[in-house]
Amino acid sequence: MEWLASPTFRTVLLGATLLGAVSGVIGCFALLRRQSLLGDALAHAALPGVCVAFIVTGAKHPLSLLVGAGAAGLCGALFVMLVVRGSRIKEDSALGIVLSVFFGLGVVLLTRIQKMPAGNQSGLDQFLFGQAATLLEGDVIVFSVVGVAVLVVIALLYKELKLLCFDRAFGAILGFPMRGLEVLLTVLLVVVVVIGLSTVGVVLMVASLITPAAAARQWTDRLSRMLLLSALFGAISAAVGVVASASVSKLPTGPSIVIVSSALLLVSVLAAPRRGVLWAALRARRTAHRVRAENLLKDVYRWCERRGDFETFVPLTIVMGMRGEPGRRLYRTRDRLVRRGLLLVDGDQLKLTRQGRREAARMVRRHRLWEVYLVRRLELPADHVHRDAEAMEHALTDELVEELGALLGHPEVDPHGQPIPPREPLTEPTK
Amino acid sequence: MVDGSDSQSQSPSVPPAIEVHDLTVAYGTQPALWDVDVDVPAEKLCAIIGPNGAGKSTLIKAMLGLVKPLTGWVQIFGAPFAKRRSWVGYVPQRSSVDWDFPTTALDVVTMGLYGRLGWLRRPRRRHREEALACLDKVGIADLAGRQIRQLSGGQQQRVFLARALAQDARIYLMDEPFAGVDAATERAVMELLGTLRDQGKTVVAVHHDLQTVPRYFEHVTLLNMRLVAAGPVETTFTEKNLQQAYGGRLTALTRAADALLANPPLDRE
Repeated sequence: MEWLASPTFRTVLLGATLLGAVSGVIGCFALLRRQSLLGDALAHAALPGVCVAFIVTGAKHPLSLLVGAGAAGLCGALFVMLVVRGSRIKEDSALGIVLSVFFGLGVVLLTRIQKMPAGNQSGLDQFLFGQAATLLEGDVIVFSVVGVAVLVVIALLYKELKLLCFDRAFGAILGFPMRGLEVLLTVLLVVVVVIGLSTVGVVLMVASLITPAAAARQWTDRLSRMLLLSALFGAISAAVGVVASASVSKLPTGPSIVIVSSALLLVSVLAAPRRGVLWAALRARRTAHRVRAENLLKDVYRWCERRGDFETFVPLTIVMGMRGEPGRRLYRTRDRLVRRGLLLVDGDQLKLTRQGRREAARMVRRHRLWEVYLVRRLELPADHVHRDAEAMEHALTDELVEELGALLGHPEVDPHGQPIPPREPLTEPTK
Repeated sequence: MVDGSDSQSQSPSVPPAIEVHDLTVAYGTQPALWDVDVDVPAEKLCAIIGPNGAGKSTLIKAMLGLVKPLTGWVQIFGAPFAKRRSWVGYVPQRSSVDWDFPTTALDVVTMGLYGRLGWLRRPRRRHREEALACLDKVGIADLAGRQIRQLSGGQQQRVFLARALAQDARIYLMDEPFAGVDAATERAVMELLGTLRDQGKTVVAVHHDLQTVPRYFEHVTLLNMRLVAAGPVETTFTEKNLQQAYGGRLTALTRAADALLANPPLDRE
């Protein structure tokens, strides 16, 4: 494990981490402009550039390979633009065409190079999946300088780029050259892709652009925080991926990085507050609980109302019969209401507390007012409105209900002739 | 062609806010506007109406230099748009942006100040305070920190209006500011537009609800790829012009407009 401490490895690690951060940042812009695939196309388009540069110079000079990759990437971007403008082919198809044509050409050239005398040792196939360990210190220094330059440009033009991504037309009206900013952003993307190729590789470059950005989007609703988070996620993925690929022999760097960032994305999609899947499930569960509790209160209330007696206990079996709820679920709902002080329990019988009765009256009021509204305003027959009110009573707010009451002239009975509980909470007559 | 534009005399000292001269615009081979001439009077509430595909939005976009005309030109207070940028505020159609964008209401309004900020300068606290004041003018200062997807349609429209207010313009161009908003927002927006007009600003809005034209606006431009008529609402918003603009397709609507003109609807609510 002493390689971990070697200065060469630490340089590589530092370079890869910085690259991860930079591609995370630029990836946010691609994601928000719905150009996720552009990064993919550009990465694949860069491959023939690398090969041509190698064939022309006959050696693996980092700078010449970079220039070749960059030139080919820009060609790809230009090609996409020309196809979209000059034909009826849509952008996604154009990206697909560029990606496959350029990549196909790259693979052909790569096979050629393998057969050349110096080709076997060229190690160009590292560009397919990336191999950080083969980076030289010189490469890392070049990459770092370029990466920092990209970050500086984005920091300076943050406001203008935000405008470009959110509302291009508005930006144009304010007098900012939107086309120019668009070209700049594409050039930055090409630059990042090109310097990312040797660590992440052609095939998986798009993942290091988009995955951290998509993960970051889950956690925040601010662009600035999204950029920072995405940079952080990108850096972590790159660092962990590089260490992993260095410790396991023959494990290419790209896939390791992608596995780490995908794990981060998975966690984000599941667990992030508000946008996360778990969050949504939790909220749905909470709503279901609330609806069941409100229904139980209401059912007890209606039974008592029919008997004209709120003081006796109601057998649970009766309430169970009213909705056909599974028993265990009903018990759980009952227990929650008892804990909230809305229900009293005596064996298998229930009784509303005063607070519970007030709460239940509130629900019944909503339900019946909504029924009146449907019958009077939408002219639905009285036997059509119950089911609708059953759903609406859980959604209406008190404010809306009172507006509704005023609109309808404070009716006292619902379309079925049942009384609508008054607005004020029930006060017990003092004895 | 310009029916009745001289029947209500304007003070001669106020030149037209926007002058559209012989404007023709096409998207590819699809013509959108043909030979349109309009003078939009200053300090008035002006509506642009016409059927779907009549080129209403295109006219607004041409005024803003967003689409290149084949022929003709537009001048804002006597100069091309490029020289009058800071005089013009814009409220785009609500559907023109991605409301899931990671940004807040206040942030969007602050964008209205970017033009004045210029390159590289970041908005500072004083700019955010200014933006907040604009949000307050449209009545939703309390929603400043909300992500914009979590706003209702009416609130989103108000955010766009506040952004235009932040531009502190003399002319406000609005593309369907009443599309898909609630009644409360419609009232609030109308009130705001009235205030702007009283402050000497000019408002030009693409409008789709014929019923409210006489109640909300003073000047109307009827389009159907060509200019049908433009002038004061009293003399220009006539059955004849409406029929010409909407063709025979919407006779029910033209009759409705007719009925409205017969009974001025000022106290309908």
